[in-house]
Amino acid sequence: MKTETIYQPTKGLTERQLTYCPGCTHGIIHKLIGEVLVEKGLLDTSVGIASVGCSVMSYEFFNCDTQQAAHGRAPAVATGIKRTNPDATVFTYQGDGDLASIGLAEIVHAAHRGENITVIFVNNAIYGMTGGQMAPTTLIGQKTTTSPRGRDQGDTGLPLRMSEMLATVPGATYLERVSVHDPKHIRKAKKALEKAFDVQTNKQGFSMIEFISTCPVNWGMTPQDSLNWAVDQMIPYYPLGLYKDGTKEEN
Amino acid sequence: MAKVLMKGNEAMALAAIKGGCDAFFGYPITPQNEVPEYLSYHMKENNRVFVQAESEVAAINMVYGAAGAGARVLTSSSSPGIALKQEGISYMAGSELPAVIINVMRGGPGLGGIQPSQGDYNQVTRGGGNGDYHVLSFGPETLQETVDLVRHAFDLADYYRNPVMIAVDGLIGQMMEPVDLDNKIASMDLPTKEWASNGKSGERGRLNKIVSLHLDPYDLEKHNLKLKKKYDEMVEKEQRYELINTDDADIVIVAYGTVARVARSTVKTLREEGIKVGILRPISLWPFPEKAFEKLPESVHSLLTVEMSLGQMHQDVRIVNEGKRNLAFYGRAGGVVPEADEIADEVRKLVKGANA
Repeated sequence: MKTETIYQPTKGLTERQLTYCPGCTHGIIHKLIGEVLVEKGLLDTSVGIASVGCSVMSYEFFNCDTQQAAHGRAPAVATGIKRTNPDATVFTYQGDGDLASIGLAEIVHAAHRGENITVIFVNNAIYGMTGGQMAPTTLIGQKTTTSPRGRDQGDTGLPLRMSEMLATVPGATYLERVSVHDPKHIRKAKKALEKAFDVQTNKQGFSMIEFISTCPVNWGMTPQDSLNWAVDQMIPYYPLGLYKDGTKEEN
Repeated sequence: MAKVLMKGNEAMALAAIKGGCDAFFGYPITPQNEVPEYLSYHMKENNRVFVQAESEVAAINMVYGAAGAGARVLTSSSSPGIALKQEGISYMAGSELPAVIINVMRGGPGLGGIQPSQGDYNQVTRGGGNGDYHVLSFGPETLQETVDLVRHAFDLADYYRNPVMIAVDGLIGQMMEPVDLDNKIASMDLPTKEWASNGKSGERGRLNKIVSLHLDPYDLEKHNLKLKKKYDEMVEKEQRYELINTDDADIVIVAYGTVARVARSTVKTLREEGIKVGILRPISLWPFPEKAFEKLPESVHSLLTVEMSLGQMHQDVRIVNEGKRNLAFYGRAGGVVPEADEIADEVRKLVKGANA
């Protein structure tokens, strides 16, 4: 009988078992990155930077050179690598606590300098690894272990929109917010990733793709309810779409 | 190259270029600003990397990335800025990454002041980052010694795969002195950096990872013991010091950096008075040069530690002394440099004390 391969793991990821909780979208996002790096022929010349949070072990999963950064510092680490190895493809993989809280200065200034790197920003509106604390991206009313009565605007302000914020930074080139809650959006997200890595390959500067993600365990929901919550609650506050495309301005 | 008259900070910057520095990442802070200023011009000219970071925190993490990718990297700062870099220094020690860090020390704590100080001795030798680690560190006295050490530090950092710190006080950073930047220094035979994570996994056929995370305690303990082996080797091989007029001495001043320069005048004055005084000058601050103390003659009855801090190095002198000799301490703080006469008065007290 003739067999045909219709689905297989991407060579962009190692064979290590992922450490993510069931139902979380990190796995999908990892796979998309792996696929894009393979399809673009960039895998063997890439350096991925793991941040602190759920993705702290991602240096075990990406099938390329990796460096593990201190909390929030991935864009600075990426800067050091890219400046000394301009031909390498350099990307960071950061959560919302890492990027939008402790690493805010590093992400804004990497964009400000127009560093020719690609940032993968995974926004699940919570600190996952440390057990579900409030993040700058936590929605108003959302219960976390440090906002047990729901996030209160009076105490903690309003959730930070990173793609919108970075769109105001003149040095940033390409910014898009995507979601992976269904196959249609996964395909769209992959297109955005492809574009972001193209921007880097073409030496056009700073690119970031923000993924709306889920955290079933810390949200206290089933995986399906989490996806629904992301669509019903997160996307209205964090609208999907293109926030900046400086490549067009240049052409 | 003949000797040229240069300001300390600029001489250190040029020495870094001569030492093969590929990249510099830093942030402005007084009194070290001439280092990044000089490099902002001359690194580009030499086709190397210069980035003014948004903070000391970002700068040291850029150092981490570039060092992890195999480059020879420098950062420079002054005391409060070095405090901010401690997180990154701990990560570099944990990930075994080489880099050279220049610390042009000023008074503290907090913002403190901008005048010369040695108040970072504990920060330099104990480290402010988390975990069991050490930074190989030197406290040179003259600009010539400083530039020689800066050049050599890149080799040492690569050899040990560990950060190396050159800790000078603000006076050495700001003063001018003739220096020979091609002075012959020891060169080390170093292997290529097969471990570098630089996006060449295809070429090398293996993935390289730069990581300080070891979640299994037994695994981490093994890593800690591996690091300790390197620190033990540093203690064995890298103790550096100078003994000045100690052969017949009754009293020995223990001082490093600018204070040792001042103490040389003290010794000259007191020797003319017939007081047999010498200097034990630590050059390596970590490892502390314990071997130097073993070389002091039996005639030495008292040690006087003099520092531009309130007794930080003196703690190490106490540890090494193990109660053998009389100990005394004289320190000035806040950016005040002790005068030769002040030190002489302290030595005279010891002469009287010994005779009493």
